[in-house]
Amino acid sequence: MAIKEKTNKQLFVDGILKENPIFKLALSMCPAVGISTSVMNGILLGTAVLFVQVCSSCTISLVRNYIHPKIRIPTYTLTIATWVTVIDLVLAAYVPVAYKAMGLFVRLIVAFAIITMRLEMFACKNPLPKSFWDGFGMGLGFMFAMMTLGFVRELLGSGMIMGYDVLGFKPLLYFVLPCAGFVTVGLMMGFFNWIEVVYERRKKG
Amino acid sequence: MKSIKSYHLLVGVLLIAALFLTGCEGAGHKFVKKTEFKDSDKIVLTFAGPVDEVWATNVANFSCYEKPDPDIVLTIKEAVLSPEKTKLTLIFEAPLNTGEAHILSTTNIMSEGQDMGAALLTVKKLYFGVLMTIFLGAALIKNFVFTKYLGLCVFFGCSQKRSTAIGMGMVFTIVIAFAATMAWALYQFVLKPYQLTFLNIVVFIGLVSLSVQGVDTILRKINPALFKAFGVYLVLVIANCIAIAVPLILADNEYTGWESFSLALGAGIGFLIALFLMACVREKLELAKVPPSFQGLPIAFVTAGLFALAFLGFSGLSIY
Repeated sequence: MAIKEKTNKQLFVDGILKENPIFKLALSMCPAVGISTSVMNGILLGTAVLFVQVCSSCTISLVRNYIHPKIRIPTYTLTIATWVTVIDLVLAAYVPVAYKAMGLFVRLIVAFAIITMRLEMFACKNPLPKSFWDGFGMGLGFMFAMMTLGFVRELLGSGMIMGYDVLGFKPLLYFVLPCAGFVTVGLMMGFFNWIEVVYERRKKG
Repeated sequence: MKSIKSYHLLVGVLLIAALFLTGCEGAGHKFVKKTEFKDSDKIVLTFAGPVDEVWATNVANFSCYEKPDPDIVLTIKEAVLSPEKTKLTLIFEAPLNTGEAHILSTTNIMSEGQDMGAALLTVKKLYFGVLMTIFLGAALIKNFVFTKYLGLCVFFGCSQKRSTAIGMGMVFTIVIAFAATMAWALYQFVLKPYQLTFLNIVVFIGLVSLSVQGVDTILRKINPALFKAFGVYLVLVIANCIAIAVPLILADNEYTGWESFSLALGAGIGFLIALFLMACVREKLELAKVPPSFQGLPIAFVTAGLFALAFLGFSGLSIY
């Protein structure tokens, strides 16, 4: 791996912008489509993912010299599963209503490709502080993307943000319907690509 | 193309078999030939001979309750006798929970002046019907990809070509059926008796990885040609969140062994259908002129959104 020495700040910012898990890497799309109907859902699931990502990154980074390379993937999976169990039980105990709204998705964090990928590509080769910042950036990037999606869908679908009525009318009810998740994600990806295309064109001409 | 046709045949045969085999059984009295649920709020009794209209249309002659709660008596709104006087339809006030067995007791049945004795009848769906409901529910009505939004990474990754889609779908169905059955056994016989259910996530993810490894080893030894064709998809199964969602769902709902199996089979077939449909569209999209910023994933997402909208049409579908 040709990861150049990056400062902690760079690692952190990269996770949010340059390597954003949802919009740039297109990983762990399931919750992005499934429960991005409101900003609140995004914050809650984002927090859960942030917690699992940071904890797993730190754990793997601490024990990285003791893992036999042949069994590294099962080790990652079990580490993630342990931390997911922790956050699952905590959320179920303290915010039961929101936990119910998120359904299976909290427990399915265990199958998120983004977390395993960060462990494999970064945490198993880097010391604790760096892994922490990388995990923190990735987790925040995920949370940011989920909140953006939630913001767009909630605003367009029900005219509200965080449960407060801001528009006073409902522009397009379609966006809060569950099946609109695919279309919203597709449109936003297209939008970001379009910005890039325009930017490149400006730079050239 | 040959494999596609055989797959169509398989689904067709399954559906026809299901239509023939399902239905309802019941009875428990020599004069009552058949008892069955109709719609969501009716029970139909078929008698061996004509019954008295005065007796049959009096609602007070019948009482019905769900088998698990004998103290909650369900109110019957109306009793309608068919013109030939052998079919009696009991209409209930509230929709019935047709998944449960119902006990229906009557006073002495009167037929052409004769007293045929009181009857205690059991009305229930055929177990196969319950299994088919779970199967269809997982495959179409609550399709894991289009209505539950799970397994999207693999769904978008493997739906570029039809051959890939079929291979991935098949392998996934086999592995998930295998893993879900094992997960059910482990959950019912180990985790629940020892109160270790909080370990669900850790155990199930390990189990899925193990099943993948198991299928890999078995396939490699038994049928190397098949392994060569489908082996590459095996690794991807672990990255699919449906594989971990199915064991969690069957543990949450306390499904029995056969129910777990049909849920897994439904999830697998549903995933196969979704992949195949998507692959068909994406092959056509290759030839279409898509705006540069929408090429690749964005347009695939929008297409999937249209599919999801179409799959909404299955909601409320109930055959059994």
